[in-house]
Amino acid sequence: MREEIIVSGRNNNLIDPHLHIWHWQIPLYLFLGGLAAGILFFAAYFTIMRKENKYRTAVRIAPHIVPWILVIGLLSLLLDLKHQLYFWRLYTTIRLESPMSWGAWVLMLVTPLSFIWSAIHIKEIFPNWDWKYKILIELEAFLSKQKIILAWIMGLSSIVLGVYTGILFSAFNARPLWNTSILGPLFLASGLSAGAAVVLLLSKKHKERTVFARIDIGIIVVELFLIVHMFMGFLASTQVQIDAAELFLGGPWTAPFWIFVVILGMIIPIFLEVLELRKFKVPVVIPATLVLFGSLMLRFIISFAGQESRWLY
Amino acid sequence: MRYAMAIDTKKCVGCSDCVVACQTENNVPIGYCRDWVVEVTDGTYPQLEIEIRSERCNQCDNAPCVRCCPTGASHVTDGGIVLVTQIKCIGCGACITSCPYDARYPHPDGYVDKCTFCIHRVKKGQQPACVAACPTKCMYFGDLDNPNSPVSEILKVRKYKTLIPEAGTDPQLYFLI
Repeated sequence: MREEIIVSGRNNNLIDPHLHIWHWQIPLYLFLGGLAAGILFFAAYFTIMRKENKYRTAVRIAPHIVPWILVIGLLSLLLDLKHQLYFWRLYTTIRLESPMSWGAWVLMLVTPLSFIWSAIHIKEIFPNWDWKYKILIELEAFLSKQKIILAWIMGLSSIVLGVYTGILFSAFNARPLWNTSILGPLFLASGLSAGAAVVLLLSKKHKERTVFARIDIGIIVVELFLIVHMFMGFLASTQVQIDAAELFLGGPWTAPFWIFVVILGMIIPIFLEVLELRKFKVPVVIPATLVLFGSLMLRFIISFAGQESRWLY
Repeated sequence: MRYAMAIDTKKCVGCSDCVVACQTENNVPIGYCRDWVVEVTDGTYPQLEIEIRSERCNQCDNAPCVRCCPTGASHVTDGGIVLVTQIKCIGCGACITSCPYDARYPHPDGYVDKCTFCIHRVKKGQQPACVAACPTKCMYFGDLDNPNSPVSEILKVRKYKTLIPEAGTDPQLYFLI
């Protein structure tokens, strides 16, 4: 039997009795960042494929919510900082080894891009929109002509943004649950499926909805595959990672993870979307909302459970 | 130059003087600490074995906290000591999460704080506060590159271990066993 106690009464706030330095702000931001990446990716992809008219919602409607969710995400990120007035220090340096630095700079690129994309498609929402000033009209005309270039930058940077939301966690070897490179593709997939769900929610065209339901099913299957792979990797790894996996395989996070993320967020939406493709009447709002909910829960559960996992000491 | 510390777990009685000395010297806010004492009991009564360790930042050679810092506030200074520049720190908590030893804490003023090996004292030729205050003289501090420093001398003749070396951090806090 072994017992370890800290006898000097270490009780550092947010560290003891177990680490909880990242609260709701970080997972919320990671969800919104992933969702934004998903929506922008589809907009960029179908623009590059010259299918803007066929997938009007994905290219011209859904991206209008991206600036908003990015702004909310950035605000929540700011709330997480404990030295808030110094946030600009992020932009005085580029640190290639730090995922957070990557994230800060990618957002610096994606956020203005999303505003530009929204601006050049504003007439889809407000047909009578008038830019009023000549310079703005000219600017919009110029940017509209560069749409393909914009789409390429947006597509690539949205992939970096989506992957980064996972890499942010996986770069920490001190928290064994996070220390798996599968989190990068898993969070990217989760963001893409959330993006597809938003298009499903907003689209009024049956054809577009069918295509996005298919896309969503495909991505969720990939996600399930990645989750199985993640646990296989953990269980075949060192004791600390076996313990980390146990948090979800009988430990305190078992029920929330398998019920909220896997069953409600993945399996039921797949089932409902397949039913819909088979011509059953399923209100699209149900699977789409469940996918968004599962994606949000995935961020929260991985974030909180990861902070509970630690090295043997 | 490579500063390191060796702590004799056979001599340490766990009095926590090092903790109080550090809190006093470095003005650590009440309720927080940069170093702490861990007591490990192995076995079942009456066959018990005890190990007492005074722990702090391991001033790792491969410091994950420095790697993940997005602003460069966490950095390595002369002698391999890991420091935080307060006015560069945004308080994002990445370094706190990245430390397998949980050696960092968020200072109530917003920045992240940690053990500095009392670099301000070392520069003056003094020993870190914890080492200077230890009543059993169980702590050794000095330059590993100097074969005659107290820490080099003791590591030559004693068995030692480091904490969680398998985390790949290359810690520079040695525990004599």
